[in-house]
Amino acid sequence: MTIADMVDVLHARVLRGEDRLNTRVHTACCSDLMSDVLAFVNEKTVLITGLTNPHVLRTADMLDLKCLVYARGKVPGEEILEQAEEQGLVVITTRETAFTACGLLYAAGLRGVPIEWPESEDGQ
Amino acid sequence: MSALLHEEYPVESGDYDRAGEASADIKRKLKQLGVPAAVLRRVSVASYEVELNLVIHSDGGTLTLEVSPEAVRLISADRGPGIPDVELAMREGWSTANETARSLGFGAGMGLPNMKRNADDFDIVSAVGEGTTIRMGFRLS
Repeated sequence: MTIADMVDVLHARVLRGEDRLNTRVHTACCSDLMSDVLAFVNEKTVLITGLTNPHVLRTADMLDLKCLVYARGKVPGEEILEQAEEQGLVVITTRETAFTACGLLYAAGLRGVPIEWPESEDGQ
Repeated sequence: MSALLHEEYPVESGDYDRAGEASADIKRKLKQLGVPAAVLRRVSVASYEVELNLVIHSDGGTLTLEVSPEAVRLISADRGPGIPDVELAMREGWSTANETARSLGFGAGMGLPNMKRNADDFDIVSAVGEGTTIRMGFRLS
């Protein structure tokens, strides 16, 4: 699907990147824990989060993420939105909770980021 | 091995506002040098993790970037306090991060293991009262 399709599915509002809504997306992840995002996200993907601090942007920059979705109607500060614009990141906000946003996107065909599990010492 | 680039970035303890600035600059410089995207991504993640560790856990230190035609190297050297049990610190989920770090979305105990996972070689040396040095290498050829 495209980011424009996500906007439709989530009844979302576009905060930045109106001109990049035709970007195609295949996977997403949802987390407020940037440590986990940095550890497990292996591809250019969509991040659904409730965390509005600048570190979300920095994490997105390091991982070349395509789109940030703020759940529960959150809107980050202007400084953060300007940074997103500089990074070429699309930012949208939806009134849905993170859980519902994930459910709606999954039902519409978006899938989770594949995770590679290293072989653990106990063989699991 | 001739150096293409050598940069040093001082990183202050507790400076959460600027945490990530050195890594953003490192990413920009490596991109300009034409480092392949897959390597760039691994360097960026490891660099951000190690920079955050300096801010969250150390008494301040320096992040050094060295680029040769063969490899990208990141060296983080801090002024303390040192890690009492490095083996424990390397375990996923183990964290001594404070509330500030956690409120920003960090401190999940993934930093050191994530650096090791992303780097082609990883070495950590720590002494309590002296400091910690982490060296990571990323092959370019």
